[in-house]
Amino acid sequence: MDIIVCIKRVAQTAEADVKIDSSGKDIVKDRLTFDMNESDTYALEEAILLKEKFGGTLTAVSLGTVQAEDTLRIALAKGADSAIRIKAEDFEGLDGYKTAQLLKAAIKDLKFDVVFTGCIATDDYYSQVGVTLAELLGVPHATLVTKIDIQDTKAQVHRELEGGLIEHLDMTLPALFTIQTGINEPRYASLIAIRRAAKKEIKVIGASEIEPTGIQANASLEELFTPPAGKRAEILSGSMDEISAKVAGIIKEKGLI
Amino acid sequence: MNFDLTNDQKMLQDQVKKFADSVLAPVAPDIDKSGEFPWDNIKKMAELGLLGIIIPEEYGGAGFDYISLAIAIEEISRACASTGVIVAVNNSLAGYPIMQFGNEEQKKKYLPLLCKGEKLGAFGLTEPNAGSDVAAMETTARLDGDHYILNGTKRFITNAGEAGIYMVFAYTNKELKHKGMSTFIVERDTPGFSLGKHEDLMGIRATANCELIFEDVKIPRENLLGKEGEGFKMCMNTLDVSRIDIGAQAVGIAQSALDESIKYSKERKTFGQPICNFQMVQSMLAEMATEIQAARMLVYYAGHCKNKGMTRFSKEAAMAKYYASSISVDVARKAVQIHGGYGYTKDYPIERIYRDAKILELYEGTNEIQKIIIARELTR
Repeated sequence: MDIIVCIKRVAQTAEADVKIDSSGKDIVKDRLTFDMNESDTYALEEAILLKEKFGGTLTAVSLGTVQAEDTLRIALAKGADSAIRIKAEDFEGLDGYKTAQLLKAAIKDLKFDVVFTGCIATDDYYSQVGVTLAELLGVPHATLVTKIDIQDTKAQVHRELEGGLIEHLDMTLPALFTIQTGINEPRYASLIAIRRAAKKEIKVIGASEIEPTGIQANASLEELFTPPAGKRAEILSGSMDEISAKVAGIIKEKGLI
Repeated sequence: MNFDLTNDQKMLQDQVKKFADSVLAPVAPDIDKSGEFPWDNIKKMAELGLLGIIIPEEYGGAGFDYISLAIAIEEISRACASTGVIVAVNNSLAGYPIMQFGNEEQKKKYLPLLCKGEKLGAFGLTEPNAGSDVAAMETTARLDGDHYILNGTKRFITNAGEAGIYMVFAYTNKELKHKGMSTFIVERDTPGFSLGKHEDLMGIRATANCELIFEDVKIPRENLLGKEGEGFKMCMNTLDVSRIDIGAQAVGIAQSALDESIKYSKERKTFGQPICNFQMVQSMLAEMATEIQAARMLVYYAGHCKNKGMTRFSKEAAMAKYYASSISVDVARKAVQIHGGYGYTKDYPIERIYRDAKILELYEGTNEIQKIIIARELTR
């Protein structure tokens, strides 16, 4: 089984004070830490599990700057056989569509039965790349995947829906799956694997290797801003029980549970 | 001169940090309370290769260098000080002397067991009446045919209650003083070898710290490490290495105190604003961060000295251990101060960190001994 997993190095913004930079189109990143996108760590683990079960090859691909090589090396240490970095510095205006086109260009000559991506990137929240890449590769896809069972060229796939529903799909390989967090328990790389991965070459491709014809974005980022603070706040009054009941009512009314 | 970590060091740091945060940190308060030895953690660390960081691959280790060792011990200790010293002892006080001074049979027999965690290592040097004064040791080993007969008591031995392989120091010829000291590899199930008092420690409470009691214990002759009379030299050389670990443990403990203090000082409000806005708190945070970074550099430098093959780097190792442990205790004290009354409760991790830090100034040679080593090197 030949497998490709697409991973992205993203700024860790969940607990950081995020500020917009002077261009107005990006955030200030010099004090942020970066790591593999969360759902990509699950996609990578699912790819490794599949490779361990069926054998074959596992290639990790990332569109990013040279620092993305640190992230790709972690993928190598955990179990990928080879890694490709597409030089983000060679390309501008990287929306989901253009990113998918570049990923396709990087993997089009590779054999694959399954392509994995994370279901969403926590820096731009597009959720586009996996789906678009599947279309460009001409293979079926399933998003928000929480379980995969493969027999020969058939895959039984579970997708997570709202309201606790699970959708069960039967699909034929080759296919692309965008992986939901929690599908597995991502491993830590062993020290020996780390030492071996540190010596592996990462293939780097850029504008000189990728034919640019037709590769373009279909959306351009105009502005990043933080919305003005809202004026609607409600102070609840009454006894503890009354307030609790009101809070529960509001949460239910807003559909938050 | 290059201050950047190598690719493998960066990956090691990344993976050990994540492992420590998600696996070790959540159980650290529980094992501090119960004193239970964290075997679950140890097994997981064995799978990752953390029990044989510096041991060559051919003996089951990961084959990393001594700066990497420091990086790993710092990250583990940041999450759990007990686990930090358990791993440090296995690597540097048991694995290292066998790797450095053992013969091929000893290395093949014992190193894979230590690396896999099938048997943990311990280091039996300190005695009830011989701490800083190592030469006052009373344990003896008398050659009798193919065996040595070992008699004596060791005290304050980390891992002792759960270990399987003990590096034990004893006089084979007391008249020669430190030149009559020898090192033995003693297995747990050897008749006559028993465990004494389990220490109820103030900090690092999950480290199975016990007495070792040897009553006419027959040690096969092939378990002598190196030659008779080389024990003191091996001991000093081994302590140079393990002081890298203890320095790293100190940096990890101090870093956790700083991390908690930064978090708390941004959340806690007094006089209408977060306390991190107050200059006296800022002063403490700035001092803590600077001291930690300085300590880390001393620890890395001691690791660097070992990496480049210096046979003696006692001064550098002593400086790293002395400074890192001193500032660690001070950083923990300031962290409690920043937390105020809450820092004195078990609702916050800082009281545990404060208790854990104190041992650093005492074990692996008290800080007074470190200063003697440094001063002797300066004036000789």
